[in-house]
Amino acid sequence: MKVQLRNPARELDVPGPIAVTALLARLDLNRESVLVIADGILIPNDAMLPDDATIEIRPVISGGAT
Amino acid sequence: MKCRVCRGPAIIDVRRHNANFCADHFLRLCRDQTAKAIKEFDMIRPGERVLVAVSGGKDSLACWDILLDLGYDVDGLYIGLGIGDYSDASGDAARRFAVARGRTLHEVDLPRDYGYDIPGGARAARRVPCSVCGLSKRHLFDQAALDGGFDVVATGHNLDDEAAVLFGNTLRWQTEYLGRQLPVLPARPGFPRKVKPLVRLGEREMAAYCVVRGIDYIVDECPMAEGNRHLGYKEALNAIEATSPGSKHDFYFGFLARASAHFRPEAEAEQETLRACPQCGAPTTSDGVCAFCSLVDRAGGAVPVHLRPRGAADPATVPG
Repeated sequence: MKVQLRNPARELDVPGPIAVTALLARLDLNRESVLVIADGILIPNDAMLPDDATIEIRPVISGGAT
Repeated sequence: MKCRVCRGPAIIDVRRHNANFCADHFLRLCRDQTAKAIKEFDMIRPGERVLVAVSGGKDSLACWDILLDLGYDVDGLYIGLGIGDYSDASGDAARRFAVARGRTLHEVDLPRDYGYDIPGGARAARRVPCSVCGLSKRHLFDQAALDGGFDVVATGHNLDDEAAVLFGNTLRWQTEYLGRQLPVLPARPGFPRKVKPLVRLGEREMAAYCVVRGIDYIVDECPMAEGNRHLGYKEALNAIEATSPGSKHDFYFGFLARASAHFRPEAEAEQETLRACPQCGAPTTSDGVCAFCSLVDRAGGAVPVHLRPRGAADPATVPG
């Protein structure tokens, strides 16, 4: 499975199938701080991702001290 | 996961509400929570003209989108900060949205109109870039709203933003800042009313809103914000939220309900010392020129700027 990450932009290969929550835990990512997206669609946290999936893990934290 | 409302397949969990939502009911949640905040804090009254501060990011575009869907009369204001490719991409996102929704996007460009950019301004003022950026934007949003005849300036600050600022102000007991951390700042001479309609919605929800609505926002973080204290506060609060959902909401809304009023006298006392900047007329606590004029004097060449829609030749054509 292809996993695209940002800040910095990079791509990982992760063996599937794997649950979204397990993938986030494996990458040490807080589920409150990211969205999982495939083909422009949000993937719910209870979804199982197949080995041939390509997903984006998008950070949602942004902003300066304004 | 099933939608709490219709029991159809859910696309997102909102653990703070202990609920999951399908796309349609998630969008409805976002609109309802925004409408609730507007009503609860008397943010916008019927018939008022709203200027939303647009950065090209998820929060400001979602704010503009939701306010339009709620029936408000809303223009956008984008400020070009001169931060290289990041500013180019963020400006493009703002313009695309304005065109798609058929609304007016007003623009100010710091390098063109004031002779400095954020990196240069930070160097000249010996302040961190986020401080110079915030100072510039606050001044220019106020000025644009007053010049353009808008009743209200709306910003896309969400629950995470407010909780992180509160966290930082509390860590350092910055009581003057605590006294004016409110979802609505009323209009005063020289200042338009400022409102934060998204305070009941989290940052993850705003990103999800844009994905579901197909809003093409700038995802990458501002390159000047690296190491920003508030980003660290957000990560710390999210670590708490992960094990105790609802903590950010309780922290912020508990502050508003039970603590905020204790700090207001100090903030109000500061307001009584305001005088007009001899250079631009904006209210300031300084004995000399205001902080913005001081920044322009140090970092660039002051050139008068007028609010105008993108591409318009004559500022007098601005509606209202």
